Amino acid sequence: MIRSINLAAPEGANPLIPHTAELIVGAIAFLLLFLVLRSKVVPMFEKAFAARTEAIQGGIERAEKAQLEAQRALAQYNEQLSKAREESQSMREEARAQGAAIIEEMRAKAQEEAARITASAHASIEAERQQAITSLRNEVGAMAVDLASKIVGEALDDQARQSRIVDRFLDDLESSK
Amino acid sequence: MRSLHLLKMEGEGFVPPSTNDFNLPPVFGDNPYTTKPILLVFLSVIVISIFFIMASRKAAVVPSKLQFAGETIYSFVRNDVARDNIGHEFMRFVPYLFTLFTFILTNNIFGIVPLLQFPAMSHVSFPYVLAIFTFVVFHYVGIRKQGIGKYLKDIMFMPGVPKAAYILLTPLELATFFIVRPLTLSLRLFANMFAGHLLLLVFILGGDHLLQGVIGLKLISPFAFAFGIGLTFFEFMVQVLQAYIFTLLTALYIAGALADEH
Repeated sequence: MIRSINLAAPEGANPLIPHTAELIVGAIAFLLLFLVLRSKVVPMFEKAFAARTEAIQGGIERAEKAQLEAQRALAQYNEQLSKAREESQSMREEARAQGAAIIEEMRAKAQEEAARITASAHASIEAERQQAITSLRNEVGAMAVDLASKIVGEALDDQARQSRIVDRFLDDLESSK
Repeated sequence: MRSLHLLKMEGEGFVPPSTNDFNLPPVFGDNPYTTKPILLVFLSVIVISIFFIMASRKAAVVPSKLQFAGETIYSFVRNDVARDNIGHEFMRFVPYLFTLFTFILTNNIFGIVPLLQFPAMSHVSFPYVLAIFTFVVFHYVGIRKQGIGKYLKDIMFMPGVPKAAYILLTPLELATFFIVRPLTLSLRLFANMFAGHLLLLVFILGGDHLLQGVIGLKLISPFAFAFGIGLTFFEFMVQVLQAYIFTLLTALYIAGALADEH
């Protein structure tokens, strides 16, 4: 019964037979959509993808560059550090050497000074001794003359005679020894 | 339309849905260009265009939600369907495959969208048109790439096969490339949408009919509706899958035509 109803329906044709209107519309609609998507949508999405790839690659490149720079800075810093260490080492050595030289120099100076002081002391002692001898001689002479004149009663005012007498006296003293 | 049928058949019991339910009269007068499937196809073109133009308009590096949704579909077709199957020349075919996928998908999904509820692809004309496009595209690509002589020779006389086998192979290969491929492509899509829609009609209209029966039948009708709802989800899966298969096979045919040997 159902079958007969189906057959009775005029449009109940074979569903595999296409309709002309639908074929035309399908083709036009599809081509229309194709043109819209191809011209408006696909390029924009591709642009976004390219920009994204660019951004990611750029980021990686930037990071690599930064790392390289950091490594270079580290190497530079290490080099500077070792250089500074070397420099301080050499400076210390130099200071030590300089100190030693200064001490040596001071010691030499001090010895020289000491020697000089000793020499001058010797000289002054010698001079004083000479002076003492001279004055002693004079005084002893005068005293002896005084004494002799008192004893002899003879004024020996005359300078030449006086010294002759003194010499004679001294010679006597020496020869009597 | 359906209710007209029911009215007509009142008193004669339940009329199961049939191929007649796919023959929808023009909406405006007698104009054959204003039937429901045709209007739906135009609607799909408008909906897809607006959606993807909105989604891709800004094309920012950091996508908005809308751009992300559009990009997900686009990059699925671009990368998983086109690039993975066609290889380095894939970019030329992305617009075509992308159009194919979105067009079929949207029209299929119209089958379960409330108020629209009709898959245009259940009218065989539309799958025919799409299959013809694919047929033209992949043969054209093959002929452009290899020259018509070598292309046909490779199809008819598959390299690396003993000569005697050509008696069997040549007609088979010719039939595959020129008849079977476009026919299966269109009929697979058509039959899936047709059967799916028919199945939904059976359960929904059946539930409706049960509701008008005696009290015992009224109690059964919710099960019919529940089944109809469950099948709707199933149908959604089939609709997406069929759009994918049609696009994937097109990509594979293009890849085959581009390859040096079949």
